[in-house]
Amino acid sequence: MVGTIRLSRVALYLILSAFALFYLLPVYLLLVTSLKSFADVSFARMWSPPSYFSLESFATAFERLRPNILNSVTMTVPATIISAFIGSINGYVLAKWRFRGSEVLFVLILFGMFIPYQSILIPLVYVLQRIGEVGQDLVQILPPDLAWLGNFIPGYGSIAGLVLVHVIYGIPITTLIFRNYYAAVPGELLEAARIDGAGILGIYRYIILPISMPGFVVVTIWQFTSIWNEFLFAVTITSSPVKRPLMVAVYNLQGSQITEWNIQMAGALLAALPTLLVYLALGRYFLRGLLAGSVKG
Amino acid sequence: MLARERAQPGLRALLGIWFQSERLLPVLLILPSVVAIGIFVYGFIGWTLLVSLSRWTGVAPDYTLVGLENYLRLFNTPRFQNDLRNTLVFTLFFVGGSLLVGLLLAILLDQKVRGESFFRTVYLFPMAVSFVVTGVVWRWLLTPGDPRTGDLGLNQLFGLLGLHFLKSRWFTDPTVLLAVPVGAIQFGIPVALFSVILAAIWQMSGFCMAMYLAALRAIPDDLREAARVDGASEFQLYRDVIIPLLKPTTISAAIVLGHISLKIFDLVFIMTGSGPAQATDMPAIFMYETTFRDNRFAQGAAIAIVMLILVSLVIVPYLISTLRGKLEW
Repeated sequence: MVGTIRLSRVALYLILSAFALFYLLPVYLLLVTSLKSFADVSFARMWSPPSYFSLESFATAFERLRPNILNSVTMTVPATIISAFIGSINGYVLAKWRFRGSEVLFVLILFGMFIPYQSILIPLVYVLQRIGEVGQDLVQILPPDLAWLGNFIPGYGSIAGLVLVHVIYGIPITTLIFRNYYAAVPGELLEAARIDGAGILGIYRYIILPISMPGFVVVTIWQFTSIWNEFLFAVTITSSPVKRPLMVAVYNLQGSQITEWNIQMAGALLAALPTLLVYLALGRYFLRGLLAGSVKG
Repeated sequence: MLARERAQPGLRALLGIWFQSERLLPVLLILPSVVAIGIFVYGFIGWTLLVSLSRWTGVAPDYTLVGLENYLRLFNTPRFQNDLRNTLVFTLFFVGGSLLVGLLLAILLDQKVRGESFFRTVYLFPMAVSFVVTGVVWRWLLTPGDPRTGDLGLNQLFGLLGLHFLKSRWFTDPTVLLAVPVGAIQFGIPVALFSVILAAIWQMSGFCMAMYLAALRAIPDDLREAARVDGASEFQLYRDVIIPLLKPTTISAAIVLGHISLKIFDLVFIMTGSGPAQATDMPAIFMYETTFRDNRFAQGAAIAIVMLILVSLVIVPYLISTLRGKLEW
């Protein structure tokens, strides 16, 4: 009896470890490849560790991807912050200030996160192109020292355009997460504040916002990860290589010479690093966002 | 009450009631989002539908209506028939595979495992990685190699480990298993698709594991104890008691994965593209190339609408059924 139990425990850990190897295999390949110098890379020894550590591949990949890394940061950070606040307001209203039809409205908003974005892409690109043209005309009539305002016009091919798109299509998921988060806030808390004379905005500012931190962490991680990793909008809404987000540039590295695959691996690792670090540091909150995405509750 | 309301008509009183009862402000607060979703989701879907019924080809829009012509042409296109076959096969194996792996890992991790959080972290981390990165890495892992380069990727690893029988042509294999001619194409299971399925399971099975694990942890211990007292073996306990209780989780996970799989784009586009004999082509890739490379907007819009219908068939009943219990309509 004791023997079988011990044997089954050994089998258990063997299976768990075998799966862990399966998940980590691509990471191993990424690491050993991107830590090799150009001289050290060879097809025949692609699985062997580098004979000496070299950051040559990383340096080259970083140099090539630098403008795109910057694009991804300037796209992801504002889009994440803005959509978190919008989600917070919507969630507050839909959880605590329901009105006739607000539930139906919530479901209609929610549907927006499941649609294949292909079904809105043609009008979206068209509209962003028109916004861009109008923006160009506006910039023409602005005094030169105000021309920088043009960067904020969300036209086709611009970072501001991508921010606008990610904010709008982020509304369903951020609203959902905050609505569920605020639904757990006891109604008595709000009643007490109302009796003290606080209005809807006062309650939000002094009661809801101070206890919203965990909700904001979940939403911020979720939005940061999805926007940073996103590809379809990134590849269709931008055209000039230097204006493109990081993921498109990583994809384009693949098109370069086959012998430079150490650079492709280093580039892929660089691109994955920010979201991986967030996941390792705040995995618990990442998981909560993930489970919220499956519309439980 | 009624008498008093009649006694105080007029706009001011009306506005007063609205503000005092705080009915207008909630609506105003949510209005920008509602307008944005109304335009960018529903308005644009309607617009795409209109484009799909038009003859817009080329850069300048042309809204001359041609009825269902684009759809008829689409369903008669061999490439789209291949896409539908691939979507079906991919969805079945990807969803089934992820659910099985996820359930297995969750049950194993539920056996009071030492180092559980380490294993959980490892199984779930691909969820934090972009499909782009997954595509780039798995393309390399599954590049079979040629006489010039020798074996590459997993084939090389299998060779090093003496597992030569596992070597495969991966996504370069144009074979279609169980092929039956249907329409203009060979219906069946394209071998090349399994490379993409493998990468997709690598990425998403951790999500199923997390969902199953959360559900397992919510099952009260009394239930397990009661089954054990009744003399059930661990295997019977899981088969007869636990796994049936996980059915709602299975449905949720299957629907989330299913709708992802119906609209999959980036992973396949980056890893294999259309593949040999369109063995890994997908509606989303066809839509992208038709619309943004060939400028055939009406045809691209038709593909997009078919994708939307497929996804809606999965999502709409799910949204209604999960939310109906909780919402007062």
